[in-house]
Amino acid sequence: MSSSSDPTVRQTPAVAATGDATDTILATTQLTKKFGGLTAVDNVDFTIDDGEIRCLIGPNGAGKSTLLELITGQLRPTKGGIYFDGQDLTDLEPHERIDTGISVKFQSPHVYENLTVEQNLRIPLQRTDRDTDAVLEQTLEEISLTEQVEMTAGDLSHGQQQRLEIGMAVTLNPTLMLLDEPVAGMSVEETREVAELIRSLHDDGMAFVVVEHDMEFVTEISDQVTVLNQGQIFRQGPIEEIKADDAVRRIYLGENA
Amino acid sequence: MSETASASIVDRIRGRLEGPNTIGNSTPFWVGLGVVFAALAVFPLLTDPYTARQSSRYFALAFLGLSLCFVWGYSGILSFGQVAFFGVAAYTFGAIGINFSSATGIGAATIGAVAVGTLFAAVLGYFMFYGGVRDVYVTILTLVVALVLHTFMAQTAGSEWAIGDAQLGGFNGMTGIPDLTLGVGASGFVFDGIELYYALLFGLFVTYLGLRVLVNSSFGMTMVAIREDEERTATFGYDVPFIKLVVFTIGGALAAVGGVFYASWGNYVDPTVFGIAFAALPVIWVSVGGRESLLGALAATVAIERMQTGLSGGVGDFLGPEWALVIVGGLLLVVIMFMPAGVVPTLDSIIKEQLAQRRGQSSSPTATEEASD
Repeated sequence: MSSSSDPTVRQTPAVAATGDATDTILATTQLTKKFGGLTAVDNVDFTIDDGEIRCLIGPNGAGKSTLLELITGQLRPTKGGIYFDGQDLTDLEPHERIDTGISVKFQSPHVYENLTVEQNLRIPLQRTDRDTDAVLEQTLEEISLTEQVEMTAGDLSHGQQQRLEIGMAVTLNPTLMLLDEPVAGMSVEETREVAELIRSLHDDGMAFVVVEHDMEFVTEISDQVTVLNQGQIFRQGPIEEIKADDAVRRIYLGENA
Repeated sequence: MSETASASIVDRIRGRLEGPNTIGNSTPFWVGLGVVFAALAVFPLLTDPYTARQSSRYFALAFLGLSLCFVWGYSGILSFGQVAFFGVAAYTFGAIGINFSSATGIGAATIGAVAVGTLFAAVLGYFMFYGGVRDVYVTILTLVVALVLHTFMAQTAGSEWAIGDAQLGGFNGMTGIPDLTLGVGASGFVFDGIELYYALLFGLFVTYLGLRVLVNSSFGMTMVAIREDEERTATFGYDVPFIKLVVFTIGGALAAVGGVFYASWGNYVDPTVFGIAFAALPVIWVSVGGRESLLGALAATVAIERMQTGLSGGVGDFLGPEWALVIVGGLLLVVIMFMPAGVVPTLDSIIKEQLAQRRGQSSSPTATEEASD
């Protein structure tokens, strides 16, 4: 079962994911997803270090959300492998992947609209061994929803719902958190609050992969940025370098010819 | 000292029975339920045997109502085929009971019938939920299963369609099904008439309380999560198909229990238990009573069936008995139009509003305890 016993796999970043040489926790190897004739994700070798915040940017249709869905198992890869924290995730069911320490917030907001804030948080929390009132209160404080605990989630503002969603994912106490456009449609103030929340969770050692278009937000939270274009990794590096890159600007402006 | 100890036990039991997923989490509710239970317990002594016997039938059907409430109201699985498990269990009870009519044999028939009904639900559920059948397709598929059974059982009139001594009997049905019997050996305690009434009343009450504990547990919270948003629930690591299978199997078991009671109540079962008219009834009971309320399903099943019996003689001189189903259908439309959540949840929220208003006016400190209920 252990991938490191297989010599053909030893060369891949998967081994790094066991923590041998570096502190890589997530690695994809030649990850490919085809939808009919379209290659949405094309031979991507993507790695994340323990505790880092990585932003994933790129024009629409670059394959960002597809890459996340491959990591969480919502989609099955056409080719390639996914390794996390020393485990081969490639053939695991989505719910089994969550148990390895990955948590996710998808693009479209999905709180339980008819349930209270407390129930929303209890649903993920009760799966863990830390289902206590103390953890609930701490989470409520982190996402600044302590006063709304009895409210029905559908009655919260858009920003509050997004924070609640992040809170729900946080209650699972993951090693790696995947966020797809966490500040889409948010006000400046709400965006700042989410950035603060991410940074404080990062200080506690949580790693993040964040898909986001808001470059200000990206600048605020991330160390390293990966640019996807047409399903491939186009650039990767510190945010300042990426922002200064003319080629990156061109693909964002749609002049990629 | 012992008073506080017993109080804490009561609190602990109530803690299990109460929660956001059930209606009636206050002391007045439990007192009221106790009164209703006591009234139903003395009811056969105050009425004629025929009425008591009819009530047993409503109670048997209430298991069917509860089973649909559980799978549909709490997990969002709208099964139109709960009657399939009900009917299969009824036929199985008959087939075993007719062949082995000793007390032991009937005991085996009871267990066997519930087991067959449950297993049938588990197998059907496995293929549906692991095969990715969802939403309205579950509804269609379960209805089709019931209708296929209807067609099949209807053509079993020939004498070659027999299981041992038990003739399936086609449209005429299976006759001579024994009464429920408790005991070992040749004879035992026979549940007939008033004994069956009490067995059903007690069984229904215990089942209701058991289901309350279940839906207010963390498993019940997961069921509700799946009802509200299946995809989101999966992203928290829940094995959604498996949980749905468990829920559907429990629902099948409840329907099967109802089927056993039903077959032994009338000593008879025929293919109409798989027919579309009967298959629609649980959906009507649960919709009218309130699908997210066990109490609503229970009360509506008994009330609607009682009403149908009342209407079966016709209303006055101008409405014949054929109007019974039309009136039930009309009731369904009215409730769905004006009380989409169902009668019991609507009443519950009206009562809560009234209490909150009165509390707002008086704002007495003693009333705040009620609010936390």
